[in-house]
Amino acid sequence: MNLRAKVAVVGIAESDLGEVGPEFTPLDLIGQATLRALEDCGLAKSNVDGLFSASAYYHMPTLSVGEYLGIRPRYSDATSMGGSSFVSHLFHAAAAIDAGLCEVALITYGSTQRSGGGRLVTGSEADPYEAPYHPRYPVSMYALAASRHMHQYGTTREQLAEVAVAAREWAKLNPKAFMREDLTVEDVLSSRQVSSPLSVRDCCLVTDGGGAAIVTSTERARDLAQPPVYLLGAGEAHWHRNISQMPDLTVSAAAESGPRAYSMAGVGPEDVDVAMLYDAFTINTMLFLEDLGFCEKGEGGPFVSGGTISPGGELAVNTNGGGLSYNHPGMYGLLLIVEAVRQLRSECDDRQVPYANIALVHGNGGVLSSQVTAVLGSENTL
Amino acid sequence: MNAGAGEPPAGVYRRYLESGLLGFQRCASCGAVVFYPRLVCPYCGRPDLAWQTSSGRGVVYATTAVHRREGDPYNVVLVDLEEGFRMMSRVAGVPAEDVEIGMRVRLEMDYKGDEPVPVFVPEGEDR
Repeated sequence: MNLRAKVAVVGIAESDLGEVGPEFTPLDLIGQATLRALEDCGLAKSNVDGLFSASAYYHMPTLSVGEYLGIRPRYSDATSMGGSSFVSHLFHAAAAIDAGLCEVALITYGSTQRSGGGRLVTGSEADPYEAPYHPRYPVSMYALAASRHMHQYGTTREQLAEVAVAAREWAKLNPKAFMREDLTVEDVLSSRQVSSPLSVRDCCLVTDGGGAAIVTSTERARDLAQPPVYLLGAGEAHWHRNISQMPDLTVSAAAESGPRAYSMAGVGPEDVDVAMLYDAFTINTMLFLEDLGFCEKGEGGPFVSGGTISPGGELAVNTNGGGLSYNHPGMYGLLLIVEAVRQLRSECDDRQVPYANIALVHGNGGVLSSQVTAVLGSENTL
Repeated sequence: MNAGAGEPPAGVYRRYLESGLLGFQRCASCGAVVFYPRLVCPYCGRPDLAWQTSSGRGVVYATTAVHRREGDPYNVVLVDLEEGFRMMSRVAGVPAEDVEIGMRVRLEMDYKGDEPVPVFVPEGEDR
């Protein structure tokens, strides 16, 4: 089944972000984001007949969201693969809409982890074969991958820090970014060590926040308020759940999900104007740049050095400031979609990438486990 | 100590540990080495996994030093055992930051907790 340009993202929104204060629930943020996304496209809540969500708070998230919002979907998908889930939902929504199983899909997420205690809320069970050694989930798992990349390819902590600095440079251009102060490579290197080689500035933020995306058929999208942003291609892959089962810590399953998405879209990495790569940790950006074909395997370190992925650089990466500096409300995948759509609609003001027609969205879930890639395009790409 | 089809893999593994041994599985059908223990071979899909015990010799594949508010950092490693499987563990007896990828290590059972925990020490060191 080729889903190229069968559906479009027509409405997007963030909820309030950062720190929303006590006693708001994740469902409150979902409600807020959903209303904003519906308003964005001009559809009504009653139009939504497909519901997609994932959560660390709600065991049956689409049931909770449906109840809260008063939505009675005929198609419901709570695929749960960590932060990548929402990119997967976009893919699955396209298949469902194309098959006629629903017409207007709502994908939504919310978290109050910062106001709720300032720690990652995770539903992850401990692996009994890992738990006796007390790795700190999930940072230690990503640290192991970083250690291996450094050993195998000579990648340095300075190069990892370049990823955090580039994200911060973008965040400075985004009024909604949580951290906008100056950040240097030296600042990253001297920040508190968490799980070596990763320091706290190699790690994503802990914020509140949520978002919503409304997806419908290309036919219907053309009558709505915003220029449609088409789903040109998507692909999923996962090879492991726990880090000790990952075949090669320097190669993620993005090496499969990416080509699947490119193939459906009929584009390659050279065609991408904006790359939204799930940066839970600095090593992520580097691995995904390699696995998605923006540079050769092992070349991520040199590639990110010298401002390549900063504003004005050769490749626009994580233009909202990323999970590292914009917001990371436990799971961040939906906010990747929001930014990609904004870029393709040319709504990004100071951080707008000129002539952006193709955006790549790459979601990561678990511990480099689930990889989901989507390619989005403007009207010009049809 | 061969596992019959009816024995839970986690239980067999634990009994190996209690006797000071690190058990792993080899698929009698396709020859793949499998860890953690299961009923089904993840390579060929057959239920023909047979137990073997490891020499306990391995090499550090990846390492991290986990820092905490109080106390020294501790290490978490992935070790490649010479039989061809990988597991999470820690290298005991050396400062966390001194553990290096490529370091040769050998198994040592840690009996300090409720259940024995397989850890590793640098090869050639007696403690």
